Amino acid sequence: MGDDAELVGRCLRGEQQAWNDLVERYARYVHAIATQGYRLRPPDAEDAFQDVFLRVYDRLGSLRDPEALRPWIAQTTRRVCLDRLAAAGREEPSEVEARGLDETIDELDEAFAVREALASLPEECREVLDRFFCRDESYRTIGEALGLPSGTIASRISRCLGKLRERFEGRNEPARESGRSRT
Amino acid sequence: MSYDEERLGDLLRRLPAPPDAWVRAAKELPAARAALDGLVAQAEVDAAERARIVADLETALAAEGVEPTSPLLAELRQRLSR
Repeated sequence: MGDDAELVGRCLRGEQQAWNDLVERYARYVHAIATQGYRLRPPDAEDAFQDVFLRVYDRLGSLRDPEALRPWIAQTTRRVCLDRLAAAGREEPSEVEARGLDETIDELDEAFAVREALASLPEECREVLDRFFCRDESYRTIGEALGLPSGTIASRISRCLGKLRERFEGRNEPARESGRSRT
Repeated sequence: MSYDEERLGDLLRRLPAPPDAWVRAAKELPAARAALDGLVAQAEVDAAERARIVADLETALAAEGVEPTSPLLAELRQRLSR
């Protein structure tokens, strides 16, 4: 998929595939901030999700540093979620809740980095780890889907986690701020 | 920081996939934006067309092949009210 600066450049040149890649890259992150960070209910979370990508699409050209795409999307998501809470008549997070929110978003930043490392692994690892951890499928279900015995799935998950660990720790950098000036 | 397998697994679980329909609608935003601009342009030059669109924004967007999401409906409503 390429890095964010390249992706932004391609989006601004009107490449549909680049926009698809951007949505694929950030969909889980935006969804997680809305549902885990702000605990939006599904209808509000869906509206927030669409609103975030609409704003990103419309305002991408105003992003001064294309490398800052992730924190910019995080901040956009936070603003949209606050708007949704206000529209639904729910109160904004209190100071204590805001601290918890920052911790949640720090975790999601870390999770995003792990997800990026996962994307660099071979397909067989991406699939088995995604099915097991993100879709919560059992060894048996995964084995049936891939035509492999459950024991092979267990050992593949372990081997692939080892590869993920190597890849992640090899590229691990401190997370950039995710728009903490606003809760 | 060192990451054991349990920690990596926990972090992977933090980012489940959103519903496919949400992702599909977001990917279609460039086409949706073009369709929305087209509807507004039609409404500006044709009062009858404007009345038809205003009467049922959702159907007007859907007729253009656009998923009528809440943010798009809100934007169309706002642009037609100017």
